[in-house]
Amino acid sequence: MLRFIARRLLTAIPVLFGVVILVFILARVIPGDPCKAALGERATPQVCDAYTEREGLNDPLPVQLGRYLGDLLHGDLGDSSSQRRPVSDILIERLPTTIELSMAALGLAILIGVPLGILAARKRNSATDVVTMVGANVGVSMPVFWLGLMLQYLFAVTLKNTALALPPSGRLTPGTIPPPFFETWGLSGNGVLDFLSNFELLNAALQWRWDLFWDAFQHLILPAIALATIPTAIIARMTRSSLLDALGLDYVRTARAKGLRESGVVVRHALRNSLLPVVTVIGLSLGTLIGGAILTETIFGLSGVGKTVFDAITARDYTVVQGFTLVIAVGLVLVNLLTDIVYTFLDPRVRVT
Amino acid sequence: MTAIDPVVPDPFEPPISPQGVELGPTLRSRGLWRDALRATFRTRSAQVGSAFLLLLVLLAVFAPLIAPYGPNEVLLDTGVSVREKPCIHLFGCSDDKPQHIMGIDGNGRDEFSRIVYGARVSMLSGVVCVTIGLVIGTLLGLVAGFYGRAADSVIMRCMDVLLAFPALLLAITIVTVLGRGLVNAIIAISLVSIPIYARIVRASVLSIRELDFVAADRALGVRNRRILWHRVFPNALTPLVVQATLGIATAVLEVAALSFLGLGVQPPTAEWGSMLASERNNVFTAFFLVLFPGIMIMINVLAFNLLGDGLRDALDPRLNK
Repeated sequence: MLRFIARRLLTAIPVLFGVVILVFILARVIPGDPCKAALGERATPQVCDAYTEREGLNDPLPVQLGRYLGDLLHGDLGDSSSQRRPVSDILIERLPTTIELSMAALGLAILIGVPLGILAARKRNSATDVVTMVGANVGVSMPVFWLGLMLQYLFAVTLKNTALALPPSGRLTPGTIPPPFFETWGLSGNGVLDFLSNFELLNAALQWRWDLFWDAFQHLILPAIALATIPTAIIARMTRSSLLDALGLDYVRTARAKGLRESGVVVRHALRNSLLPVVTVIGLSLGTLIGGAILTETIFGLSGVGKTVFDAITARDYTVVQGFTLVIAVGLVLVNLLTDIVYTFLDPRVRVT
Repeated sequence: MTAIDPVVPDPFEPPISPQGVELGPTLRSRGLWRDALRATFRTRSAQVGSAFLLLLVLLAVFAPLIAPYGPNEVLLDTGVSVREKPCIHLFGCSDDKPQHIMGIDGNGRDEFSRIVYGARVSMLSGVVCVTIGLVIGTLLGLVAGFYGRAADSVIMRCMDVLLAFPALLLAITIVTVLGRGLVNAIIAISLVSIPIYARIVRASVLSIRELDFVAADRALGVRNRRILWHRVFPNALTPLVVQATLGIATAVLEVAALSFLGLGVQPPTAEWGSMLASERNNVFTAFFLVLFPGIMIMINVLAFNLLGDGLRDALDPRLNK
């Protein structure tokens, strides 16, 4: 078991290294003068020369790469040229919003997708099955950005002044500035506490401020639904097909033959085994989820990672693009690693091979 | 998915012509691909998918005949106003007003005409993206799987690195490097899709490489390149065709997403993603200008998804239980 995890960790290292190199190269070949991007269009050649010299942009690429790697090991992602502060500070501020959104969407997708898949498999070829699978097909094909706009219209315009009305954008009601939980607790802030306090739901809950919690929760509903649609559809389809596979196997027939109730057969015997591919699909769909988060955040005005990257591209703030892309890619590699490890717990056969 | 009837007749029963003449065994099968095609079109999803697809192809090809106006024709001097609601004579819109079944967009152009012309960009970009990704990915996968060793390690590690990024994020970064525009967006999306094809081809090649007919070829002294193209490649094609069809769906969605973010198709070209983007701030007042482009994107993606599902059901022997 430990050997498997160690081996899996070792194979992740070259990939992580490759990710760093690719991000480094991409950031170096982005057209435009890095000096003008950092100091503005009106920077004089003298000022630019001094800047280029100071930042070491005249050094050979391998030297620059070495310095970049050294900085990375110290946790230094560089400074943003448009916001004039360290990229890591921006990450601490923006990453929680994206994590909250993605987790909410993923949770929703699992909660809805798995039961729908089970239902469709149990009633194979029935009207329920057909409706669920048609729904899943439509769900996979829906553009996230369009669905987001439609939800905004439905819940903020059509259902306005009803109990179902939901705020169309933002993370909190405008003007609300919640105090960080550690201040309420009488602690002084540091990187980790700042990071945690930017999870609005967590921050509100830790202070027992349920009004804030409800506000943050309401603002999360529409973006989470928009982002969850595609994963829900994928999970439902996967659950259905793998449960159908399992239901056709001999051990399920044995379970039925010994007189178990049908619900017991499905849940305890077939479902347990058929969830393995579903776990893989969930792990793989995280990449799609982050891609979708870029679009969802842009539509719902959430300042998360996606919106930051997009704004940074528009502002030609390449340090931010580089830093954020790197953190997201490394995060995904680690999550996939975790999925593989979870897999070994769920399926002992993987450990042997 | 619906169960599929076996297409090939029982091989132990000699086929009989209508005249009662026994046909030779060579006339029995209609060929691998024709059989596969027949099986595909027996699935409901492929039928619906190809119907949608046919509709969109007709729309794209005959756009000038179907669209009542040019895609960039400004109609403000014909008595319509900006973002005017759809006017359909059949549904009670007064006859003396010009008919605009999907309304007028923010620049005074006929929304329906732009939707019709938009089919061209959408269909074409999806197909081109997949073709580029497919060709490069297949070559890489063939080389990695067939030659193995160093080539395999290097190619597949590179593919792993590309797969580590969320596709859309990587595409956005690549477009930033190359510059905005449809061509660059297509290049970015193709590059991002390469690893998927490379992996599929490599996996098939690895299993085919060990089969007896390849060993027989080797024993006969057939050259590697011939084995690769005449033996391995045709047998690795099935999963590739399925993935390519589903890949067009993803590509269409990604081109639309990039255009929506302002990185792909630039105005005034009629493209559904950028049409949506330019009216997104007016969703509360001119809802229909956001609704229609989105529905078209969805139909286009759905068509390829359904066709891909049908192909998979028909071509994957593991599903034919």
